[in-house]
Amino acid sequence: MNFALTEDQVLIRDAAESFLADVSTSEAVRAAAGHPYGYDVEVWQRLSAELGWCSIAVPEALGGMGLGAPELVLIQEQAGRHLLCAPFFSTVCLAANLIDACATAAARERLLPAIAGGELRVTVGLGSSAEDWTDVAAAVRAHRTADGWVLDGCIERVPDGVSADRLLVWAQVDGESEPALFVVNLDAPGIEVAALQTWDATRHLSRIALRGVSAVVGADASMRIDDPQRVATGRVRSAALARLYLAAELLGHAQQCLDLTVAYTAERKQFGRPVGGFQAVKHRCAEMMVRIESLRSGVYGASARAASGADGAQGSAELARECAMIKALAAQTAFYCAQEAIQLHGGVGFTWEYDPQLYFKRAQAAHHWLGTPEMLRARVADALLN
Amino acid sequence: MRLDETPEDQAFRAEVAQWMQEHLNGRFAALKHRGGPGDEEADPALRKDWERELAAGGWTCVGWPQSCGGRGLSIERQVIFHEEYARAGGPGRMGHIGEGLIGPALIEFGSPAQKQRFLPRIVDGTEFWAQGYSEPGAGSDLANVQTRCWQEPDGSWRVQGQKIWTSLAHESDWIFVIARSEPGSKGSKGLSFLLLKLDQPGIEIRPIRQLGGGSEFNEVFFDGAVAEADHIVGAPGEGWKVAMGLLQIERGVSTLGQQMHFAYELDLVIQAARRSGRGDDPAIRARIAEAWGGLQVMRYNALRMLSPSEGGGLQLGREALIYKYYWSNWHRDLGKLAMDVLGPDADVISDDPAIRPLQQLFFFSRADTIYAGTNEIQLNIIAERGLGMPREPRPAA
Repeated sequence: MNFALTEDQVLIRDAAESFLADVSTSEAVRAAAGHPYGYDVEVWQRLSAELGWCSIAVPEALGGMGLGAPELVLIQEQAGRHLLCAPFFSTVCLAANLIDACATAAARERLLPAIAGGELRVTVGLGSSAEDWTDVAAAVRAHRTADGWVLDGCIERVPDGVSADRLLVWAQVDGESEPALFVVNLDAPGIEVAALQTWDATRHLSRIALRGVSAVVGADASMRIDDPQRVATGRVRSAALARLYLAAELLGHAQQCLDLTVAYTAERKQFGRPVGGFQAVKHRCAEMMVRIESLRSGVYGASARAASGADGAQGSAELARECAMIKALAAQTAFYCAQEAIQLHGGVGFTWEYDPQLYFKRAQAAHHWLGTPEMLRARVADALLN
Repeated sequence: MRLDETPEDQAFRAEVAQWMQEHLNGRFAALKHRGGPGDEEADPALRKDWERELAAGGWTCVGWPQSCGGRGLSIERQVIFHEEYARAGGPGRMGHIGEGLIGPALIEFGSPAQKQRFLPRIVDGTEFWAQGYSEPGAGSDLANVQTRCWQEPDGSWRVQGQKIWTSLAHESDWIFVIARSEPGSKGSKGLSFLLLKLDQPGIEIRPIRQLGGGSEFNEVFFDGAVAEADHIVGAPGEGWKVAMGLLQIERGVSTLGQQMHFAYELDLVIQAARRSGRGDDPAIRARIAEAWGGLQVMRYNALRMLSPSEGGGLQLGREALIYKYYWSNWHRDLGKLAMDVLGPDADVISDDPAIRPLQQLFFFSRADTIYAGTNEIQLNIIAERGLGMPREPRPAA
């Protein structure tokens, strides 16, 4: 047991910190939010191709660095702090994670090197329940045809749906108990992408309809990719990791809300002294720090557990329980810190101009993604009490 | 960041578990899960025997250097020891103030004669210690010590005044106190750190009855009580340095054991929820899940705190600043959850082993957020040291 960051981990974190402080300023985030893709393509190219962030958790044999959850969590934390606008969460934290855990060797060999190299943006529908992708699978049906499959359905919330190259689709198949996983080309006939206008403009979401989309066996772009030997535990593990990466991002949101608040209350003077000197303000900031540091311990701990090997059914179930808990905690912590930031900024906290509102909206949106705290706690309770 | 253990560590874990299984038996079986905070009055005589049983096995002072009679275990091994000790239901340690507080302080600040006189008897479980810091007027304002001390012509020291919240004073042999040796001095200046035998005419111990009915805390009155000439630790007037050093020595290794006990308590709550049917209530289920999550977080928090910090050294990290506030509030919430899960059964004073520990938890956990730095003081410290916010006004010393 050793919880200290390795030298490499410190380097990764510090590099992410300085890069994002530079390219993901408040002005840059606001500009990106107005772009049709929701991000600055040049920033994406730099972080994927130059900095290699997309390759971190991809196995070395497939062109990646062969690192894993502890390193991705550090990047995600910084991405959250700086509200990075890029298809990193969708491509790396959701799609690559899913492909690595659930897909056949052939599909992994084709897709992961391209993702690692920053050449391919892949996304997947974000569920809003405590289930492990079966909720998103319920909205799409796959019908067998002579040469493959046809997909029909509608996926309600797809991050970066407008800009992605490929879409991973969970679908129900008649006569099969596990949902099947497909990859489809977003240019394919029968796909309709409708951008959603969301209050949180820092992560663009779309609704994607699939009408008779063909996924042909052996086709290059669209095909079924789940590995029957791995999909049952892989689905649990990949959903757990997705929750963990989202939690890391939420941790970054919460940290930035606290940092902004401490800085503001040090400058803002009332009654002749900085308002940060009043115990009523200090104690609230301290309470934020307690929640943030405990969340950080939880996020780092769960990432260490994810990296510690046990990936069988039992290991996956334990990881799932822990990550469900962490995501619930993260959603509440981020929202708590965002609302405290608004309150402790006083009047300016209510303005469009100051940043707390960006985190406030993001935290509320993330509250639902991959399960609300209430649903996730109910799932944990089932494991503890039944 | 890694959680996996080496094969050697796993073997050590098994060794501790086996020793506990073989020895926490027979007449000691009655001590399982007993004697923790809130239950310190549980059979002190037998628990002192248990300390000697531990000592015979070499399981006291496991983190002390071997040159001082300890086992010289690494932090990781100490964590394993405390976890396995608590997992086996090892009773609350009568020797914890000696082993965890005064012993390490003597190792750091004591004279060779003091080490020779006191350390072996802490290690072998023949002398037990109490701590004399708090006073009626020195709670959160710990440096506001009014107890006085002065040196007699023969070199011995006399102590006059009152200490309070002294746990287990009535079961202890020795007490360490900070007292004002420079008349007119204020705050942390002019204090001396003395070691006194408790069984002497100048000392009177009076129990304090707590809200849960127990009396593990005491008031200790000093009326010309005597400390031998060479039983002052550090130089006269520099007792604060020793007292603060002692608080920093406690790096919380034993808190991993404390957490195992918390896990045991949570398990009792879960069993009670199943039995009472309250476990079907979604709101109760959510609280149980939250309590479980808090425990995971606390464990990772402790592992983070005990790992070398970035840039080396053992300075207090952010996780260490929040640690006490986090666990104490978690534990207090667990106490309330326990009562809510038991329902009306909780209101009847009970000896049932499935109920009594939960009632005790409910009452004693009220103290958790008060002793060793109240919630309010903790938040001040977190804001000032953790966030660099303006300090509370302090009187000029």
